Amino acid sequence: MAETGTLRKTALNATHRAAKAKMVDFGGWDMPVEYSGLIAEHMAVRTGVGLFDVSHMGDIQLRGPNSLAAVQQLCMNDASKLAVGQAQYSAMLYPNGTFVDDVVVHKLSANDYLIVINAGTREKDVQWVRQIIGRMPGAHVNDFSDYYTQLAIQGPRAMETLQKLTPVDLSAIKNYWFVWGQVCGLHNVMIARTGYTGEDGFEIYIPSDVPTSERVWNEVLAAGAEFGMVPCGLGARNTLRLEAGMALYGHEISDTINVLEAGLGRYAKLDKPDFVGREALAEVEASGGPKRKLVGLEMIERGIGRDGYAVFTLEGEKIGAITSGSPAPFLKKNIALAYVPIEHSALETELAVEIRGQKVKARIVPTPFYKKPKKST
Amino acid sequence: MAYPANYRYTKEHEWIEVDGAGGTVGITDYAQSSLGDIVFVDLPKVGDKVEAGKIFGSVESVKAVSDLYAPASGTVTAVNEELASAPEKINTDANKTWMLKLDLTSAAEVDGLLSAADYEKFISEETGH
Repeated sequence: MAETGTLRKTALNATHRAAKAKMVDFGGWDMPVEYSGLIAEHMAVRTGVGLFDVSHMGDIQLRGPNSLAAVQQLCMNDASKLAVGQAQYSAMLYPNGTFVDDVVVHKLSANDYLIVINAGTREKDVQWVRQIIGRMPGAHVNDFSDYYTQLAIQGPRAMETLQKLTPVDLSAIKNYWFVWGQVCGLHNVMIARTGYTGEDGFEIYIPSDVPTSERVWNEVLAAGAEFGMVPCGLGARNTLRLEAGMALYGHEISDTINVLEAGLGRYAKLDKPDFVGREALAEVEASGGPKRKLVGLEMIERGIGRDGYAVFTLEGEKIGAITSGSPAPFLKKNIALAYVPIEHSALETELAVEIRGQKVKARIVPTPFYKKPKKST
Repeated sequence: MAYPANYRYTKEHEWIEVDGAGGTVGITDYAQSSLGDIVFVDLPKVGDKVEAGKIFGSVESVKAVSDLYAPASGTVTAVNEELASAPEKINTDANKTWMLKLDLTSAAEVDGLLSAADYEKFISEETGH
């Protein structure tokens, strides 16, 4: 723990502290976990709009005539399917098919890709990218992580909020697409219709200097005030993504869990040109598929299953563990994601979670736990 | 944050108000604030015995679970049943939202706990402010 006391800060750190946010060490970053209260923040995103500082996320640029080949080698999804201005969920894998990290690949231009990576895995990811494609001619790796303040504007009123600050027609940006445009008077801001909450929303990438970051943060909050916008911390970000059944590195996905176990096989394109991890995944598929599976649990009896709690059959056999568990503020249920053997993974199966020495009943339910309502238009 | 002067406090952030041989127990404003939105409280039953310094239950917020430690030994004479359906009351007013009433084994046991002033000093040291 040589780095104790040297937490990294985003450009908005002073803003969070001035707003009396509770701060925590998140993967080496001094980040807000909540401002007004986790439940209020969670509900604002489900019913109105919320603003997140996600500048701790990293950004790796791959550039040059071989950049597509490099992305294809590094990431499991098929980046050749991307148009300029389109993004895709993907992951970088180790040769054994487990996760280096899950990522979002953005195609900036014919020979220019931006890979958005997790905060806690930044250094490892950048090293990995250099190791795998460092010697590939015509593919240059740049770590742009510190260049951007990344803000996530999330919720059913996200578009109305951001539309007040940009001349870009946001309704024309499809889910997982992006454009460059003017935001708060800044030119060439990347505006992506992406997020990690299960709601509609946008992520914007602005210059990471403190005055610009603070000005845009405040202007977005002011624009969203009429829709009940609140600043949101990592606490709500976690419960929102859990309700939406999305994986978090270090929990549902890690270097000991492979893509097929995690239920993310649909993003691994085994028929595209070779990529790191492909062979291992093909072998798992050829041998009848993964032996364990990520399932959604809903507590039936009174109790909250939390990260790391053991999962048992009703007969008392220990079969797995919870990777993320929490009260779900919108659903008002206690939910969890857990790995269990395939033979115990059928929907409606009743299992028991050991909560502080007591076995508490839970049921396997479909994920995502929460799906945003379809638009009535 | 305010800490009533007639309460005594533990370093685990419980308060106790003593009235004769009876004691009323809750958690401090600092504790509720640190936990955030409280969603679940697990308490003993009337008639159960609790022992000073030992765990008597737990309180859970959305993001964390925290043990509750008995400020004094005694027998539970009442449990705040309202907390089963409205645990968020603790967030609203931690000083007035009691959890247990105890028939104390020894009221003198409470003398070893922190005064309001000492507790405030303790938490200011703990948080580094």
